[in-house]
Amino acid sequence: MDLLDHLPVLVVIMPLMSAPLCVLFDRARPAWLVSMSASWLSFAAAVYLLIQVSRDGTISYRLGGWAPPWGIEYRIDLLGAYVLLIVTAIAALVMVFARRSLEKEIPADRIARVYAALLLVFAGLTGITATGDAFNVFVFLEISSLASYAVISMGRDRRALSAAFQYLVMGTIGATFILIGIGLLYMMTGTLNMLDLAARLPEVADTRTVRAGFAFLTVGIGLKLALFPLHLWLPNAYAYAPSAVTAFLSATATKVAVYALLRFMFGVFGAEFSLNKMPFDLILMVLGLAGILSASLVAVFQEDVKRMLAYSSVAQIGYMVLGISLASNTGVSAAILHVFNHALMKGALFLAVGALAYRIGAVTVSSIAGLGRRMPWTVAALVVGGLSLIGVPPTAGFVSKWYLVLGTLEQDLWPVALLVLIGSLLALAYVWKLVEAAYFAEPAADAAAVREAPLSMLIPVWALVIANLYFGVNTQVSVGVARQATDLLMGGGG
Amino acid sequence: MSGAPLLTWILLVPLLAAIGVVFTRNRPNVRETVTVVAGIVLFLLVATLAATISWDQPPTLVLAEPVHGLALALTPEPLGMLFALVAGFLWPVTSVYAIGYMRAHHEQNQTRFYTAFAVSICAAMGIALAGNMLTLFVFYEILSVATYPLVTHAGNEQAKRAGRLYLGLLMGTSIGFMLLAMIWTWQLTGTLDFTPGGVFGNNVSSGVLSALLVLYVFGAGKAALMPFHRWLPAAMVAPTPVSALLHAVAVVKAGVFTILKVSVYLFGIDRIAELPVSSWLAALAGLTILLASFVAMTKDNLKARLAYSTISQLGYIVLGAMLGVTAGVIGGGMHIAMHAFGKITLFFCAGAILVAAHKTKVSELDGLGRRMPLTMLAFLIGALSIVGLPPFGGTWSKWLLVQGTLDAGFWVLTGVLMLSSLLNVMYLVSIPVRGFFRAPASQGDGIREAPTASLIAIAVTTTGCVLLFFWAEPLYRLAGGIVR
Repeated sequence: MDLLDHLPVLVVIMPLMSAPLCVLFDRARPAWLVSMSASWLSFAAAVYLLIQVSRDGTISYRLGGWAPPWGIEYRIDLLGAYVLLIVTAIAALVMVFARRSLEKEIPADRIARVYAALLLVFAGLTGITATGDAFNVFVFLEISSLASYAVISMGRDRRALSAAFQYLVMGTIGATFILIGIGLLYMMTGTLNMLDLAARLPEVADTRTVRAGFAFLTVGIGLKLALFPLHLWLPNAYAYAPSAVTAFLSATATKVAVYALLRFMFGVFGAEFSLNKMPFDLILMVLGLAGILSASLVAVFQEDVKRMLAYSSVAQIGYMVLGISLASNTGVSAAILHVFNHALMKGALFLAVGALAYRIGAVTVSSIAGLGRRMPWTVAALVVGGLSLIGVPPTAGFVSKWYLVLGTLEQDLWPVALLVLIGSLLALAYVWKLVEAAYFAEPAADAAAVREAPLSMLIPVWALVIANLYFGVNTQVSVGVARQATDLLMGGGG
Repeated sequence: MSGAPLLTWILLVPLLAAIGVVFTRNRPNVRETVTVVAGIVLFLLVATLAATISWDQPPTLVLAEPVHGLALALTPEPLGMLFALVAGFLWPVTSVYAIGYMRAHHEQNQTRFYTAFAVSICAAMGIALAGNMLTLFVFYEILSVATYPLVTHAGNEQAKRAGRLYLGLLMGTSIGFMLLAMIWTWQLTGTLDFTPGGVFGNNVSSGVLSALLVLYVFGAGKAALMPFHRWLPAAMVAPTPVSALLHAVAVVKAGVFTILKVSVYLFGIDRIAELPVSSWLAALAGLTILLASFVAMTKDNLKARLAYSTISQLGYIVLGAMLGVTAGVIGGGMHIAMHAFGKITLFFCAGAILVAAHKTKVSELDGLGRRMPLTMLAFLIGALSIVGLPPFGGTWSKWLLVQGTLDAGFWVLTGVLMLSSLLNVMYLVSIPVRGFFRAPASQGDGIREAPTASLIAIAVTTTGCVLLFFWAEPLYRLAGGIVR
């Protein structure tokens, strides 16, 4: 069918074109309807793409009919389709959640614009995933970043403004680095198409320019990824952004950055260059472990629940990076798997926190005291999400941990395995602070009036909670695709 | 019904009970009926399974396959069957007891209590019937989480602290050690199935095996082997039925059961015997037995004393597993059942004393035997069974364990077991003696026997202690099947 052939680009275009529509309507309800339809259609497209890719192999789409490497190529391989599925699924669920949440947190006259910005973030993220063109990556990155600075600044707390500004400064530095990196590569090879770059780079790999390009690119992506110690923007940004925005960003933005890192590391530069010529694996392993331990430790002492989960995100990114640093099939597939599973758990957690915020305002460890009885479904979701974060079976988090530890043990890195498990125990410490507060602390005087969150919020929360449990026992899709994608990635170029 | 459907129902019945309890929360009588009926049905199912199973071709139930090539699967084997029978039998008994206790004690949040209880039993069944280490681990963790609300039931600061210690130690050891050992095993052998004779080939060096054994033994924190035993006395803040069923039977036995399972079916008894580290672990178990006994003597709080006694008794089973001889393993397996009946009786009595006489300290029990003769008599029988005197069930398992130490040539440990029996007499049997022979501190305080429901439960488990002496044969055959 004709339209289906254009799916690789439609998945990007739909949210991109819907964003101005939201601004044109400039009213909450129609903007929400537009966002809903754009995100659910994109989700459907992503599902179809994943099925198509796993059946027929990588899809190459020529934008405007121009043949690569001159025209822009959209290239969706298994990994891309997998990440697209994650991003669109989370977007679709967050949009369901966002209606009530934004009504509460954003002044009515701005809601439509928040939807517009959210759609732009969404479009940017799908764009990075779908495109096969290095410069296009930068363009979409900027689209998503600029839009995310805007939505973060919409948070209720005035500190959202400074958080957004901090992110803007750091994000811009990151984006500039990426641009410089791409520029250096272009200088040496004369091409921007990733496949073409991969073909031409080996000839010139031994030059300082390419090495510098590699360094700029990885540092730039590392900033977007919130790789320790480049994560400073993340806790504030996540803590003060509107709840729905936090849930969306935490479950998707860093995931796409991981994807970009994998793409450049293995797809463009190739494992040989990234890992053998540059000591990148060692750097990643050290930073990953430092991120896991330090961020988990900081999370234990957070009072603001969103900040706590934000630090936990930094730690979880550490797990993904650690998996990549192992540079083995098991390690990289563990990282990809964790991208998927972490999206599920953090999505569930931040949405649950959003539902709490809808009822009680600021969500802190002391403000959720005794809410286990008042909002049983929301708090139960928080518990299951937390267990998944720790890696308790039978949740999705357990499967991630399993493969990650297996990957470290395969290389006899048992101290690393032990550190990973210590990270889990730290997660136990901060998750349990929440559980204890919610179930066993004396409720505040005004807690009696608190009711369960509305159904339109509970449904997306529980959809993700059930996904956490489902993908903890049935891993055919999550692990299966991650492994195949790894084989593809490690086996041959892009 | 037989085979796989039976296994499905064994898992489902407690879960359905949990759901049923939630839905009948506003009608306590119906709610408790649901629990008891579910308990009886569960026991009948387990008994049917035990009666009809063919050990040559045990049924298998595959629940899911979370890791490629590694399924969540239930496959019964004799040791697990034994554990399932014990836990399955004692659940309805404890439920009957709990009705009397919880109502007489005016406990809050009873629905949460019965729900978590049912989920815990489901997890215990999963542990008992697990066909591989992964399945065992999954249910082991579910058990930790499901019992947490029971430990913190009171909701006060002490209960919260206990809950933190409980979860911290149990999850800390299981995630830090057992999970690591398990993934390591999987990486070395490519299987986690419980296989008679063990899974490790000769290519795995004994250094690695020693490290793995240590990780497994300490990873099973529920076995309360020192120095990871602190959670058990802390968990005594829970209501007494919880202490009775979970912290004398299901949870702690899940720990030692795991150690037995790992020794027999992952390492193999012969391999254990070859490893030098197993003697060290056996010695540590011996040390735990003695130290815990000494601590128990200093405890005036009745439940704390029983908790330390449990730690000591769990040491017996760990010791049996680490000896590397068949008598030790069979003795350990049988001790799971024997100690369960003895200790649950003691806890039932302690709870009965608490609700009827509002006494928690050993020193307050003088002369209580005249007011609560049945309870005190039951306590005496339970204590004697734990000491290992005939005609009570504990005799047989102790006998076999002593024989195991002799077979393995650990004279010192034989001495430890003997000494421990003596210490048991001092700190357990002394309690009913006090109750019967010393003069009460005050007269006419209106203390009467415990609630009827509780007394029925006490009668059942006490009778069990006696019956297990005369009809130990089926248990012995079941436990003997482990090493066939």
